[in-house]
Formats: sequence, structure tokens, C-alpha cells
Amino acid sequence: MLVIDCPYCGPRDQSEFSNGGEAHVKRPDGSAEIGDREWGEYVFIRANPKGIFYERWVHSHGCRKWFNCVRDTSTDEILKIYKIDEERPKLDSFKNNVKTPSGEPNLGSGNFTVKK
Amino acid sequence: MKKKYSIFSIAKNALKGHKDWPKMWRSPEPREFYDVIIIGGGGHGLGTAYYLAKEHGLKNIAVIEKGWLGGGNTGRNTTIIRSNYLWDDSAHLYEHSLKLWENLSTELNYNVMFSQRGVMNLAHNEHDIKEIKRRVSANNLNGIDSLWLSKEEIQKKVPIMNTDNLRYPVLGASYQPRGGTARHDAVAWGFAMRADEMGVDIIQNCEAHQIKTKNGKIEGVETSKGFIRANKVGVVASGHTGVLAETAGIRLPLQSKPLQALVSEPIKPIIDTVVMSSAVHAYVSQSDKGELVIGAGTDGYNSFTQRGGFDIIEETVRAMVELYPVFGKMKMLRQWGGIVDICPDASPIISKCDVEGLFFNCGWGTGGFKATPGSANVFAHTIAKNEAHQINSAFNLDRFASGKLVDEHGAAAVAH
Repeated sequence: MLVIDCPYCGPRDQSEFSNGGEAHVKRPDGSAEIGDREWGEYVFIRANPKGIFYERWVHSHGCRKWFNCVRDTSTDEILKIYKIDEERPKLDSFKNNVKTPSGEPNLGSGNFTVKK
Repeated sequence: MKKKYSIFSIAKNALKGHKDWPKMWRSPEPREFYDVIIIGGGGHGLGTAYYLAKEHGLKNIAVIEKGWLGGGNTGRNTTIIRSNYLWDDSAHLYEHSLKLWENLSTELNYNVMFSQRGVMNLAHNEHDIKEIKRRVSANNLNGIDSLWLSKEEIQKKVPIMNTDNLRYPVLGASYQPRGGTARHDAVAWGFAMRADEMGVDIIQNCEAHQIKTKNGKIEGVETSKGFIRANKVGVVASGHTGVLAETAGIRLPLQSKPLQALVSEPIKPIIDTVVMSSAVHAYVSQSDKGELVIGAGTDGYNSFTQRGGFDIIEETVRAMVELYPVFGKMKMLRQWGGIVDICPDASPIISKCDVEGLFFNCGWGTGGFKATPGSANVFAHTIAKNEAHQINSAFNLDRFASGKLVDEHGAAAVAH
């Protein structure tokens, strides 16, 4: 379970929030012209990395505002929270603990944030 | 050597102090080349290797597994088996599987402890009643045993259930008598043993790092034990399938989330069927050891930590205690999570892709265990023939471009 630092209200229990999936997804230009496949990719396919993930959250049971978050999905460690209109933070400022596509972090998945 | 189990072999080995049981499978080092490599040594992957060898005459097959056999979602589910799905395509797929389950212990000469104790899906409101009755009728039209139980009939089958004195009263249920449970790791072991006998190399502690392709054709798999060439590769890695697909430049419509389950301390037999409720989210059965096996939900966000949030357990336990007040003072022994890969339409993908020789069997989400033999059977067909079996033809990747989805959210909900 996460403690999420809402940029407007401060740190709150995760149960107050809802996850909105991948952040920074752009609707393709000229949607009338593009093919079914490209449109299908926009509608159905989202990033699903094991490691650094840019995602959206909404403080549903609080200020009801949306914001973005960078989280390591292999450990659930929240690396950065930023407002929805802010630039996507650069990848190289985060340390990725994942060594292989299916690898676990040194400290063991799930317990990472606790042990840290 | 074919390993036969019978009452005589048990008696003979008992007299010898159980010291001479043969190893169930070899532990070979990988060869340089295989006709087919299956990534993922769970039930679906081992079953695929078994059917490839048995029904399609392929012998040069490897199953590579990053941990131990059945240590992923095969050993983490709540072992529920049923086929009462709404749409024709799903009903045929899961019914194909259920038919294979019914003969699996005999076919493998290995007891998978398949127990057809029936599966009940509860209705808690008017809408549930309509949806569930519709599903019962759809099942009957597809030749699947499914019936509607009134509240009185439920009370007769499960006397410990609190049907009236709760926020969402129990109004009725669907019931599939042929549904039930099986011992999940025995399924992996049975398939592994019989595949191994037919020459399949089962390589544990061998992690796939990268799927290598060249000019739109499969080359092989880079693993923790070196590069292995292959003509065909089947990826059956549940929650990690998307991650592996990405290494070959393929994006799959999957999202990975932890799904949790828990078991109680063992008690005397108290519930002799499987009861599922999608509306209040609680499902329970009792294992042969006497533990209550309770399924919880998925976390609301993507994660690869095999743990899950405590709030999910709280929600499930709350519903359990309300439905079965008698469980209120029981202690829970263990809790765990597995990483499930969820498709937008809650239906699986059993399909080839743009890369020649690369196949995916994934997207089983929260309910893949029940499909193990059926999924393995049609996936083996798909790999061997380079085209889908009639049963899995709807479960292709193209459906996310054509829009011909198999939407099973309603019939499955989270309690899949």
C-alpha cells in the first residue's frame, strides 16, 4: 500500500486515490485518416514496463485533482510526483533497480520500500 | 523410462522407506538449438510442451523457466475450475479445457486431484439476477451444465452462508455442477513429467532476457544460460509476457497487476463447493487439507511486486465475514500475490504475431488456471501448424485493430 504525496494536499493514504494508467499518452493526429491498427494501438495499448513508469493519479476522495507520478513498478517506489501541466521528468535522474527484463531488485520485490 | 503410479508402486516404495522413487524429470543443460522454445514453466507452458510432443510429434522442445516449475501464477491461484462463460468463443475455449480436466489424471497417470464439487456464482441485486440468468441460458445453449439456484437451494447447499442479514443480500446464484477445483502444482508436475518422458528439456533457473529476431523472423532467446537458437518461440510468461514482448519490439495490450489470495488455518470440512461473488468480491473453497482458500482482488495500479496492497485483503475479508459470520474469528495463515496480465476485454490472447515463429499465450488476467489444459492444447496446435485452432481463432491479436473483442468483464468480473 502506498502513501502518495498529492501536490495539492500533501501525503495521504493510497485509498484516497485512483490510478489513471499511463501518463503522457497523446491522441494521434488526423484520427479520421489513420488505419484501424494505429487507432487500436492508441485505444488499447499502454506501456507496461517493469521499472520506471509514468502514470496518472487522481485524488478522488480529496481535492479531486489529477497529477502525474513516476513509480518503479518493480518495487512500487514512488520516485517523483509532478503536476499535470509540468514537463515529463528526465529518465536519467532516476536509478533503475531492474537488471533484466524479469529481474528483481537486490532487496527483493515488494519489500524494497519497506527495507529501504 | 515411463513412470507409472499405482497402488502397487506406493506399497512397494512404502516398504523400501520411499527412498527409490525415480526423479520426475531430468535437469538438462540447454542445447544450442531447439525446434520450439517455450518461455515459462507454469501449467500453460509445460502443457503446451506436452501437447506439442504428444499430438504434433515435435521432439526437440525446451521449456525455460526463471524460477522453479509452477512457482509463478500456477502455484498462486485459488484453483477454481469452471466453464460458465457468457460468449460463445469463451464458452467453447473453457469448455474444451474442462473436458480435458475431466480426464487429465488418467491421461497423465498423475493425480491432479480434480474435484468436481460445483461452482456457485452469487447474485446480490436485480441486475445480478438478470445477468446471471442470461448467462445460465447462454451456457445451456452452448451445452454447458449451468443452472439457477434459488435462495432456499443455496441455503441447503451452503448452510453457513448468511443470505439475509447483510447489506447485499443473497438473492440466488448460478451453479455449475461440473466445476470445481484441482491441485494446482500437481498440474505443472504432471505435465512436466510426461513431457520430459517424451524428450522435452525442462530447464529451470534459466531466465529469458531477450527475444531475438532478424528480418521479421525469430532467431532465438538470450537467457541467463546463454543464447539458445530456435525455429519457434512460444511466450507463456503471464505477468511478464508484455515485458518479454517489448524486447522483441512488440507492444501487447496487457497491463500487469498483483492479484492476491489467502488461506486460513485448517478446519474440519465446512463448505463442500466453491462459492464466488463478483458483486461483494469474495470467493472461497476449502482445500483437502481443510484450509479455506480465499481469493482477493487486483490492485488498482500496475505493479510487478508479488505482494499487493493490504486494503485489497481488507475488502475481501470484510465481505467474507459478512457472508459467513462463522468465519469471523478464524486466523489467516498465509497471504501472497501473483502478477497477472490483464487484457482490455478480460479475454486471453493465444496468437501468432508479426514476427514469424513467435507466438503468445497471455492475457489470462485473473482467471487462467481453469484453462490450463485447454489453453496448452490449442496453443500447441497454433505453434505446430502456424495457425490458430478453431477454438482459439477469436483470441488473436488482430481483434484490437478490428474491434471484435470478446468482452468477458461481465461474466468474469474480478472473481474470474
